[in-house]
Amino acid sequence: MRLTDLSMKTSRWFDPASPLSDIVVSSRIRLARNLAGHKFTTCCSVEEKTKILKTLKEVILSLGSLGDIFFIDIEHGSNIERDLLVERQLISRNLAAGSGPRGVVIAQNELFAAQINEEDHLRLSVLAPGLNVEKCWQRIDEIDDAIGKQITYAFSPRYGFLTACPTNLGTGIRVSVMMHLPAIKMTEQLKKLFESVRDMNLTVRGLFGEGTEAIGDFFQISNQVTLGVSEKKIVDDFQNLIIPKIVEYERIARDKLLAKDVNILDDKIARALALLKSARLISSHEAMFLLSNLRMGINMGRVKEIPIETINELFLLTQPAHLQMNNGRILNPEQRDILRAETLRAKLN
Amino acid sequence: MQCEICKTNTATVHLTEIIDSHRTESHLCQNCAQKQGVTIKSQLSLNELLSSLLAAHQQTGENEAVEKTKKVCGECGMSMEQFRKQALLGCPNDYKVFDDDLKDIIEKTQDNNSEHKGKRLTQMEPTPAQQQDKIEDLKNQLAQAVKAENYELAAKLRDQLKALS
Repeated sequence: MRLTDLSMKTSRWFDPASPLSDIVVSSRIRLARNLAGHKFTTCCSVEEKTKILKTLKEVILSLGSLGDIFFIDIEHGSNIERDLLVERQLISRNLAAGSGPRGVVIAQNELFAAQINEEDHLRLSVLAPGLNVEKCWQRIDEIDDAIGKQITYAFSPRYGFLTACPTNLGTGIRVSVMMHLPAIKMTEQLKKLFESVRDMNLTVRGLFGEGTEAIGDFFQISNQVTLGVSEKKIVDDFQNLIIPKIVEYERIARDKLLAKDVNILDDKIARALALLKSARLISSHEAMFLLSNLRMGINMGRVKEIPIETINELFLLTQPAHLQMNNGRILNPEQRDILRAETLRAKLN
Repeated sequence: MQCEICKTNTATVHLTEIIDSHRTESHLCQNCAQKQGVTIKSQLSLNELLSSLLAAHQQTGENEAVEKTKKVCGECGMSMEQFRKQALLGCPNDYKVFDDDLKDIIEKTQDNNSEHKGKRLTQMEPTPAQQQDKIEDLKNQLAQAVKAENYELAAKLRDQLKALS
């Protein structure tokens, strides 16, 4: 398995056949774990990190239930390789930018990743397209159990799984659901949504941008509390209460646009399509913004000639590391803008 | 309080930034905050939230905290002062060593919860060596039980041995 095999194709987290996929892009669960008898990663010597990496890598690679999996050495990888994995959400920016022995075990289908020597020794994550939080939990729970039979995790009866940062303490679980909410944004209800989400002890983060900036109306909703609530309760709330409610808000906003502002809506979509089809230079920021409008247009039945798969694919193919990996060389920002525009024209015309 | 930018509206967004332990505060109205791209950014990441809590914690309890910050974990060398700077602990043992200080911080960041309610540790499968040790141990105990003519215990030990081999 080479990374160029990944960079050419769409990630599985954009699967149009999954539940509510027009609004819910993907569901993800992450578990933070540490090995008993070792310091946390930030305090580890290189020798200790090497030992932890070796132990965890061997245990995970030996699990029979994960299908085709492979290990990627992040310490010795190139910047483009690291960025590619970040763009595909297989590793965190934190792991990419870290130092010392570290790596990731990835399933070929990209639905499982185990980051080693991130902020915690082990960060397991399982992903499923659409609204599938329960399915992610079943899967990651099994994997976690299988690993826990071979190594001893740092655990206290009172505080549960011990993590480097107390904000992950207890279950170590972070449920994140990625949503596409263009109509809530267009009808200027984002602020209201953010406030109500915060009241429920959840966080909202923008996606595809640097840090917290939201580009293209993609938002990630995550739980904030990890201690004192069971995994099942958190999972159940996301699957059956929180996310269905936000989906409902977005649907109402879409209906409202169709009923009251159909000209504004169609204008936005048509402009996005026209620009994407003809631009000669386009930044990653602008491309995301326009693709998001076009995605809304297709999912609302306003654009019929372009399959949704093409748009989902373009979200990844136009990212900086993907462009460079698929072109086989390092490109400066202007070269990337040219190549990005070419890629868009080729796929959309 | 007035917005620092437009100087007309009431400031409802209060930002505290801590960069290299240097603290700056700004007070803006919703509109100006939005123009600055702050609305979304005001969703502090958990680490940021924690750092600001830690900084506040340190300021309020500065005097009585002097003694506590001198405490150092024997396993990783971490002190509370260091933790306040990086918001990350050094080893699992820190949760015991700094329990007094951490309890408060944990409750604040975890919606007042202080006890784990989720999944427990999975039972470890014994390694072949551990299994062998256990068998040897049982055999010794069995021999002693027979020698002491404690046949009831011997029968129990024999059954346990059978189950293992």
